[in-house]
Amino acid sequence: MLSGLGNTVVLSVLGMAASLFLGALLTPVLVSRRRVPAFVALRFVDLMRCTPFLLLAYIVYYGLPSIGLRFDNWSAGLFALVLYNSAYMAEILRGAWMAQPREPIEAGLAFGYSGLRLFRRIVLPPLLLTAGPVIGNQTIQIIKDSAFLTIIALPELTHAASSIQSRHFIPFAAFIVAVFLYWALCLLVEAAVAFGKRLAEARR
Amino acid sequence: MSIVNTTAAQAGPALPGAAPTGQAGRAVLSIAGLVKRFGSNTVLDGIDLQVQRGETVCLLGPSGSGKSTLLRCINWLEVPDAGRVLLEGEAIGVSTGGVVMGDGELSRMRTRIGMVFQHFALWPHLTVLQNVMEAPVHVQRRSRGEVREEARALLERVGLSAKHDAFPAHLSGGQKQRVGIARALAMKPSLMLFDEPTSALDPELVGEVLSVMRDLARDGLTMVVVTHEMSFARDVADRVVFMDAGAIVETAPPEAFFGAPRTERARQFLLRYSNGAAAGGETR
Repeated sequence: MLSGLGNTVVLSVLGMAASLFLGALLTPVLVSRRRVPAFVALRFVDLMRCTPFLLLAYIVYYGLPSIGLRFDNWSAGLFALVLYNSAYMAEILRGAWMAQPREPIEAGLAFGYSGLRLFRRIVLPPLLLTAGPVIGNQTIQIIKDSAFLTIIALPELTHAASSIQSRHFIPFAAFIVAVFLYWALCLLVEAAVAFGKRLAEARR
Repeated sequence: MSIVNTTAAQAGPALPGAAPTGQAGRAVLSIAGLVKRFGSNTVLDGIDLQVQRGETVCLLGPSGSGKSTLLRCINWLEVPDAGRVLLEGEAIGVSTGGVVMGDGELSRMRTRIGMVFQHFALWPHLTVLQNVMEAPVHVQRRSRGEVREEARALLERVGLSAKHDAFPAHLSGGQKQRVGIARALAMKPSLMLFDEPTSALDPELVGEVLSVMRDLARDGLTMVVVTHEMSFARDVADRVVFMDAGAIVETAPPEAFFGAPRTERARQFLLRYSNGAAAGGETR
């Protein structure tokens, strides 16, 4: 059970970090005035948001090998998790961007920022501050999505609980413990969100 | 987009907006034939203007006359449709040969022009001191220690020594704008642009910002100021440029402009101000 918990934590932390990073890279494309990249990015985000995660995990693990892309269950699981959630992260950051005043970004341009440096130093930090709680929500979603990866035999928490119950025939105890462990993880996320809120509050 | 030939570094024939000295080499800013359209609406219709080193030029004119757009074309926040802008003899926005500049090159030129915004445009996630230090450290790549010393000195100069660690959200409008000025000065710009710096301020806070700007003008900073503060223009400007409907209508020393405007449009404009019609008429 503990190694299952450990794997869930690893999956969630990696999944969250990579999704946020890729989502942040995707956000400027979403709001870009260049039509073609913006269109492609928008359709990708749409598609991911309308795909059940379970189905995506199936496709990545069972579907892709038929076109010659074979992953082990860890890379497949992580890949699916990151692909799926970077779309959500990008959408969250895009929403926050739309609500930002335009002038501080203009000031960035006027002071000689451009491209990636403008995004990283001037645009992104306020986005992360205002979107903090929503990013926290999405992180909880990532933790819960990781449970689906039990179907590709990834030994995470749900998988561990399930194998314990089938070995010892204690379904209720095994699953309820798993539920409490998920809850504990979410409490950690909420603590992080509360910390982020304090940072944002000081700047508001 | 038709950017006129920019290979000639000198300003060419004498321009209507040129100061009496007229020597193009000494002009910090030289604008020629600048045109800007928004759709079918021509906002700037062939602007010529030169600003000499150490000069303070106030742009006056009714709302919608194109003053702010002109200012924003100087550092290419708005891309002009025609004409050229030279900073210390170098074209902004277009490289030699008329090719539009890449982001990097444009950004490097922009670091030589300080800008103060109507709504302050401070970076909300940074403290006052960090706002002032941000661009010198991360754009100009100057050493953090040296920049910190300068930033402290600048904040003292604008009277905000006690506010280093405050976030912009906790400052009054007047304090925000003084941070905005310190932030621009920290870049050691050769030209400062002020875009209606007091228009978003409560009346009782206007004075503290204007007095800082007065000191800067006295210290010989080269400034272009879009303003509706007539008394500031009268007392501080070396030259007043009056704009209406996207064109420069009149350029004169402040005594001449306020004492005896040459054009009917300028007379009407000043009359409206002296009648107090401008009191509530500004962009809010």
